[in-house]
Amino acid sequence: MALDEATVRSIAKLARIRVADDDLPGLANELNNILGWIEQLNEVDTDGVEPLTVVGDAQTPMRQDVVNDGDIRDDVLANAPDAEPEFFTVPKVVE
Amino acid sequence: MTYLIQGDDGDWEVVIGLEVHAQIVSNSKLFSGASTAFGGAPNSHVSLVDAAMPGMLPVVNRVCVEQAVRTGLGLNAKINLHSVFERKNYFYPDLPFGYQISQFQHPIVGEGVVTLDMPDGSVREIGIERLHMEQDAGKSMHDQDPKRTFVDLNRAGVALMEIVSKPDLRSPEEVGAYLRKLRSILRYLGTCDGNMEQGSLRCDANVSVRPKGSTELRTRCEIKNVNSVRFVMQAIEFEAERQVDIYDAGDTVDQETRLYDATTGETRSMRSKEEAHDYRYFPDPDLLPIDLSQEYVDKIRAALPELPDAKKLRFIDDYGIAPDDAGVLVAEQETAAFFEAVADGRDAKLAANWVIHELFAVLNKSGLDIDESPVSAESLGKLVGLIADNTISGRIAKDVFEIMVAEGGDPEAIVEEKGLKQITDTGAIEGEVDKIIAENPGQVEAYQGGNEKLIGWFVGQVMKATGGKANPKMVNELLRKKLS
Repeated sequence: MALDEATVRSIAKLARIRVADDDLPGLANELNNILGWIEQLNEVDTDGVEPLTVVGDAQTPMRQDVVNDGDIRDDVLANAPDAEPEFFTVPKVVE
Repeated sequence: MTYLIQGDDGDWEVVIGLEVHAQIVSNSKLFSGASTAFGGAPNSHVSLVDAAMPGMLPVVNRVCVEQAVRTGLGLNAKINLHSVFERKNYFYPDLPFGYQISQFQHPIVGEGVVTLDMPDGSVREIGIERLHMEQDAGKSMHDQDPKRTFVDLNRAGVALMEIVSKPDLRSPEEVGAYLRKLRSILRYLGTCDGNMEQGSLRCDANVSVRPKGSTELRTRCEIKNVNSVRFVMQAIEFEAERQVDIYDAGDTVDQETRLYDATTGETRSMRSKEEAHDYRYFPDPDLLPIDLSQEYVDKIRAALPELPDAKKLRFIDDYGIAPDDAGVLVAEQETAAFFEAVADGRDAKLAANWVIHELFAVLNKSGLDIDESPVSAESLGKLVGLIADNTISGRIAKDVFEIMVAEGGDPEAIVEEKGLKQITDTGAIEGEVDKIIAENPGQVEAYQGGNEKLIGWFVGQVMKATGGKANPKMVNELLRKKLS
């Protein structure tokens, strides 16, 4: 699998990273090297093997349904740029 | 009843599937210990997990899982013992993680069915495709500042069930019936409060049209986030006609997301195609899959309440009331319980009539819920009892009911105090009947000459003379006997 420049541009957009057109060929090359390296895994025969997404067979820990968090607005907003006293703010988004 | 749209070259059928987002009833959020209460101060019901601070890890809420399973069982659906949380990646300011934790390939609930009783007496079975759990997003406010959008994360992370129907719905009426039925089931189960105004029940509709008789599925448009049953129905009606117009003009419908504007009654395009979302789902590495045991599911099933369909059948069988009336009474659990208290040991059909017609009229007029009723089930039951045992007539009962609504009080005491007991003493009624006959020789002659409709006039005169207290049936019989 090889990524072309258009795909790299779209990946950058999805990740909200601004990439100059001049940098696209170099990035495509680097990403293709990484993908090529990972593709070696395709040589392993995985027929009949369930995909493994979690290592180990631990049971999901679950929380009790109690309110024991929140009411920490100042902490939550502490690192937010340009916050109002009660809100996060972002440049106007209108769909 | 078939809903068809007339096009230039024939009739079109509309095909609708619904995605309903129902907020799960729980104290705390799906993955954090912050409160789910509605209406808190901005950003007060937010934990560091909900704000997606680095290093914070989600832990699933036990009750939310249980509620999702309970809902699945209430929808006659398959419960998947193995389900997986995945990340649905998209970028929006009210989604602090940059992804929504949702379920995709392995939802907790699979296929089920909801049964609709349509007004024309037909029964429609609407398939449920799936139900999965996911997080709600925060709230963006665009009108607080000219250059900025304000974000409140109180809702972010609240547990939702997305309930996806199959494209089985064929008219706005069916959509309305489906939403009302779903809401009723959720409220019976106690898994969602069904409050559309507060946003705990939201609906997206996928709408497409096709020539009548065809089985193809054409391109659909998704109408987002409509917040009342009536608006959903209006939006679908508009959208279906818009699509037929497009095909009539020889064009094709673009797959897109549209918004319904309640003030104009129209839908309009919301996102253009080039910005089509690429969600890049993958299993969330922060969360283990959910593995449930069959015993766990069976235990929840055993504790399910009697649901609307079963209750309706029982009302028809046990109380002998009409299917339509039973349907009205079971729509809300509270109404059904109220009716059962009124009907307890009494004439159930009469009880159903009084709840549906007299009591509902009063409640609707004053905008009250049944649990705020000015007349208790016990008092209304007593009133029904007084009618059934002929202590008062149905007409007098309405007067007594009015007094109960306005001033409260016990119907037996009101009847006693105001002297409203029905006159069932033949002698007393006979006296009045004789008097009326003697005073109106002209009318008597006309009646005997063949104008039998006049019997109503005579009954009215006797009722008037007795202040409405004479037993109408006895008055009728006596008059006919004496006039013949």
